[in-house]
Amino acid sequence: MAINWFKYSAPTTFYGLAGKLIPWFAFSAAILTVVGLYIGFYVAPTDAQQGEFYRIIFIHVPASILSMFLYLIMAGYAALGLIFKTRLSSMMATAIAPTGALFAFISLWTGALWGKPMWGAWWMWDARLTSELILLFLYLGFIALHASIDDPRRADRAAALLAIVGSVNVPIIYFSVKWWNTLHQGSTIKFSGTSMHVAMQQAMFTMLVACWLYAIAVVLMRVRSIILERERNTTWISELPEVKL
Amino acid sequence: MSLDIWMRENPLTYIWLGSYGVAMLIFVVEIAMVRHKRKITLQQVRLLRNAGGDE
Amino acid sequence: MKKSSLLGLLVLVIRRDLVLAMRRRADVLTTLIFFVMVVSLFPLGVGPEMAMLRKMAAGVLWVAALLSSMLSLGRLFSADYLDGTLEQMMLAPQSLSMLVLGKMAAHWMVSGLPLVLMAPVLGLQFDMSVEALGVLILGLLLGSPILSMIGAIGAALTLGLRGGGVLLSLLVLPLTIPVLIFGTGAVEAISSGLDITSHLSFLGALLLLALVFTPWVTAQALRISME
Repeated sequence: MAINWFKYSAPTTFYGLAGKLIPWFAFSAAILTVVGLYIGFYVAPTDAQQGEFYRIIFIHVPASILSMFLYLIMAGYAALGLIFKTRLSSMMATAIAPTGALFAFISLWTGALWGKPMWGAWWMWDARLTSELILLFLYLGFIALHASIDDPRRADRAAALLAIVGSVNVPIIYFSVKWWNTLHQGSTIKFSGTSMHVAMQQAMFTMLVACWLYAIAVVLMRVRSIILERERNTTWISELPEVKL
Repeated sequence: MSLDIWMRENPLTYIWLGSYGVAMLIFVVEIAMVRHKRKITLQQVRLLRNAGGDE
Repeated sequence: MKKSSLLGLLVLVIRRDLVLAMRRRADVLTTLIFFVMVVSLFPLGVGPEMAMLRKMAAGVLWVAALLSSMLSLGRLFSADYLDGTLEQMMLAPQSLSMLVLGKMAAHWMVSGLPLVLMAPVLGLQFDMSVEALGVLILGLLLGSPILSMIGAIGAALTLGLRGGGVLLSLLVLPLTIPVLIFGTGAVEAISSGLDITSHLSFLGALLLLALVFTPWVTAQALRISME
């Protein structure tokens, strides 16, 4: 099995594998989304305190979780690329960044929309939302740095260093923001206090998996384009059916 | 102010349009951008290949 | 490598950078003037009501210090990069981390320390109390070196890039948020009569962390940028 992994760490083989996997991920993501939303809207009951508005969490929470985990995975790939100089690792990191940033944005947007009916304001400087905003800045910084450097090797490595420094900082930032929030007696977004209804949990979990599958599908799609771009001068690319047309 | 009232009277529409609608829109845009990137990258590679072939 | 020679190297680099900075005094002064100007903009923007300004003071001063530091960081490596000295430094057998630490120290002395000294004067414009001013200065003394050091990583990563100073700020500002939070938190604490030791200890801890890690990380960033 160890040998197989290294085989797929080469862009040539990974390109083909990714291409075959994408439809599976995309399709399952779509199905699970429909299932998840069905449970979330038709099976789960109305909440005692929040009424219908709580149903936003079925997209808000998965988006938040994904944005955080994708950052760590991105930093992990970047670190691998920096330390082991594997080209594909750096390409994966670059591919993950936009998806992660978009999920962070969705988390902030849906958080705001949830906040409006809950506390009457579109934005709350609570610890989690504020940390999410900072996370978005970290993503944007990574993307901006990578885009500003013409030489792909330098771009990969500089962005990787930034991602690693960012990851180390994330716990520090989160802790200090939490501190800051309690200091100013800010509100905390809590879910109604009571335990969640089973259907709500099911819907949330289904949507979480759906978002993961979607993310994998999109990242794989993006990394294939990146491979095409980076390896454009090689023979194996010129021999690809989609290039030969 | 009327937004507040509309929101309270049509919570589900608010959620669907505001949250899920926007999220779906973002996903669709993301997919479109990825596909577009693939298209132009393939074009570039073909150009390069044909230019190389002419030599 | 003997300990004395590492220290000697540090002193050498600091002295060199200080001499160079003194030759371009205008650069140093512009950072300070920027600091003063930004701070003065806030009352113009929010109105002269003293009670509100007093509440905002710590935040305004800290944010202005952050922004001023970001501006001056572009200069940290660019001069040496442009005339080839940086390349020589990297080829030299001496520890690059030590060289970087020396440059960071000199940069702080020239760009950070003046801000710390200027801050109390500006704080008086915001009607800050003496205790608050004291805690502000203490916090800035601990925090401004951290800003210089984290900023140095950004300066090294963005060496020679078009985006320049703005890109550097975009990268570094999120990382400086904890320093901002604890620095202003300490001033708030003293104003409410609460304990400030925890805030200042955190700043101290962050300073130590920065001292230990940032020179090495910056050296790596320089190697990446210079290949």
